[in-house]
Amino acid sequence: MQLHRFHGGLKLPDHKAESTARPLLTMGVPKFLYVPLSQHIGAQTECVVQPGDRVTKGQRIGQAKDYICANVHAPTSGWIRGIVDHPVPHPSCLSAPCIQIETDGHDQWGEDRMEPWPDWRERDPRSLRERVRDAGIVGMGGAAFPTAVKLNPRPGKRIHTLVVNGAECEPYISCDDMLMRTHPAAILEGARIVAHMVGAQRVLFAVEDNKPEALRALTDAVPGAERDFIRVISIPSLYPTGGERQLIQVLSGREVPSAGLPADLGMVCHNTGTVKAIRDAVLHGQPLISRIVTVTGPGIREPRNIEALIGTPFADLVEAAGGYRPRVDRLVMGGPMMGFAVGDDAVPVIKGTNCLLATRPEDTPPPGPVMPCIRCGECTRVCPANLLPQQLYWFAKGKDFDAIQDYGLFDCIECGCCAHVCPSNIPLVQYYRFAKQEIWGREKDRQKADLARERFEFRQERQEREEREKAERLARKKAALAKKDSEPTDKKAAIEDAIERARAKKAAQATEPPPDRERADN
Amino acid sequence: MRFRTCTSPHIVPGHSVGGLMRQVLYALVPGTLAMTWFFGWGVLVNVVLSVLFAVMFEALMVALRRRPVMATLGDSSAVLAGWLFALAVPPLTPVWVLLIGTAFAIVVAKHLYGGLGYNPFNPAMVGYVVVLVSFPRELSLWPSPEGIMEASLTFWQTLQTTLTGRLPDGMDWDAITRASPLDMMRDSLVAGQTVTEVTRSPIFGSFSQTEWEWAGNLFLLGGIWLLYRRVITWHIPVSMLLSLAIIAGVFWVFDPDQFASPAFHVFSGAAIIGAFFIATDPVSAATTPRGRILFGVGIGILTYVIRTWGGYPDGVAFAVLLMNMVAPTLDHYTRPRIFGHSRDGHG
Repeated sequence: MQLHRFHGGLKLPDHKAESTARPLLTMGVPKFLYVPLSQHIGAQTECVVQPGDRVTKGQRIGQAKDYICANVHAPTSGWIRGIVDHPVPHPSCLSAPCIQIETDGHDQWGEDRMEPWPDWRERDPRSLRERVRDAGIVGMGGAAFPTAVKLNPRPGKRIHTLVVNGAECEPYISCDDMLMRTHPAAILEGARIVAHMVGAQRVLFAVEDNKPEALRALTDAVPGAERDFIRVISIPSLYPTGGERQLIQVLSGREVPSAGLPADLGMVCHNTGTVKAIRDAVLHGQPLISRIVTVTGPGIREPRNIEALIGTPFADLVEAAGGYRPRVDRLVMGGPMMGFAVGDDAVPVIKGTNCLLATRPEDTPPPGPVMPCIRCGECTRVCPANLLPQQLYWFAKGKDFDAIQDYGLFDCIECGCCAHVCPSNIPLVQYYRFAKQEIWGREKDRQKADLARERFEFRQERQEREEREKAERLARKKAALAKKDSEPTDKKAAIEDAIERARAKKAAQATEPPPDRERADN
Repeated sequence: MRFRTCTSPHIVPGHSVGGLMRQVLYALVPGTLAMTWFFGWGVLVNVVLSVLFAVMFEALMVALRRRPVMATLGDSSAVLAGWLFALAVPPLTPVWVLLIGTAFAIVVAKHLYGGLGYNPFNPAMVGYVVVLVSFPRELSLWPSPEGIMEASLTFWQTLQTTLTGRLPDGMDWDAITRASPLDMMRDSLVAGQTVTEVTRSPIFGSFSQTEWEWAGNLFLLGGIWLLYRRVITWHIPVSMLLSLAIIAGVFWVFDPDQFASPAFHVFSGAAIIGAFFIATDPVSAATTPRGRILFGVGIGILTYVIRTWGGYPDGVAFAVLLMNMVAPTLDHYTRPRIFGHSRDGHG
């Protein structure tokens, strides 16, 4: 198969051998789990358990209330001890609501476990998608976007190709590599299920060529009769080839339109771990309650891959990997290029936690002083979106948010290539994130202002209308009165009769006028 | 356990500004040594004094602007500007000319515009052009290799000459200087000679005067090393030398008696050092790939035009400054097509 290349990119030392040298470890059940209510892109789930409740493994504890959202399940059996604010993996180091579970060690499934569907081929895609939604599956490459949303067909778009992303291009991370080495058949079954769901006629399974064991395991696991349906493809190692758009370009030579989706090219792309999770949900009725995490870096004594329950504190994982080396001072969730440093190792593993990277000052020295941009253009050379990062930087710094959008800010995938090569140590990606936040913030403000203005205008209009209607009513009344005056009617006649009668009566009384009345007449 | 937080990437950075500038300085060494070999100690004296002055002015300006002095000097950009200026002026240039040139380069062209990263014009070339138009006599005396050899000026005599502006007793400017190849070509053509007659002179090598060829070769070597080290990209040097060669070639084919050969143009004057070391100054050059190609083409053509029809024998400095002016415009009109967008810039 002819491969293509994308613009820019970086050849980085891969540092994967450190963590793949030791076998995959399945961690025991920790005493306490902290399961965040929000582990994905989209709305937060609603907690459906109370402190003191007993929960079983796989029981739904966080309910999705929105389309872009993913259910949260109890990773093991135990008791709910509280819904607490606990540090979560987020660059802000802030806390967020987590369900604290005291585990009972029985790891017991409940009655409400989803029914295993070994006969998935007979099921229609809609119910399979519903299963993926129920199982709370999100993209496990790190982005954590709800998978069911991505699997939904888009009107007018036929999917012919499923791309399984086993590129894992970021240094140090090896959880997908390990998964492919240890569970190739399960991943392939997952790929078949997803292909069935989206109606794809072929599966392209892309793996970077720095993972020969994974490539061999997968290739061997594809039955001869399926060689045309599932193709395992070795792609060149080049960061960020694991980016969805970059990978699709490498495989097809085509670019996903800027505002569009891979579906516009008839393709859909899912991460290896996600595909495996879909298979577990369909075949075994198991929701997404655990994942493989690479615990690695020069700050870890025994780097390795660990299968851990969602909600396991990072500290427990590090403990399982032999603990920290002395002087470790940075703990990153994700890879060195796109990951973020966490402030505390009490934070729990979430669905998108692919890697824990611990480093010492000698491995990752604090960034030097930021120097002025000398427009060397290195960032332009490495940008996979073919942007001009140096120009974006100027506009972000000058808060010229119109120009920065014109220069393609929202085509930036925040891969960090530009920041890595920048000789002036400028944290470029931070500037882009800032600009994006500002623009979103302004957009929100504008929408709010628009809403407020609409409401004000509506109120004003309503008041005016009411005034107008009142005036009209008055005018109508007046007109009606005037009409009554000019046109004699029965009523008028009756009144006149009455007046006549009164006069007659008065005249009769006038013959014997009472004294006060006389005075009044004077 | 608590940890320090900081922004990605969490990986040792690949480059530093100081590191890039120092690599350019290393790449200048072979060519500078070759020029010293041919033109005497004066080249080295120029470099040392100009670098000293440039660093001094840089420190002064940084201190006046209340910025960290040592951290700023660490970027080595002032050293590079001083060095490039020193290579542009003739050896044995009086010290006050060096002082004025570096002052203009660092104080006016660099810091009055905001310092490193903000200067629209190449500082070394601003300094050079200021002294070139202000002191034409001092700037036109290029020593000849034979003259230097015969006079055998020692290092101390050279330093003395530079500092006082006077040659040691018993020596004569006419004896030790000679017209540079571009001067010679220009004056001879004006005098009615043909190109062939000029180049037949024994001091000419294959394309130009031998010593200029050699200096050019070694600067070329340094430039290729910079390309290999990815300190510079190919766009500017290749497009500049190619456009210079092509336009020279067109006229040369048309009338080889009146117009010098493309090789002569490439290997004379500041063409090679300009292509690899001066026009590639990232701050003042265009920054998009296509913009850089146009930038180089502009310099190549302007250099030829100034050399052939202008008032000065060499035109690289003027061409670079003129193209500096249009660099932002070039950048604006040569934006690369963003991934996932169509050519006209829409999604």
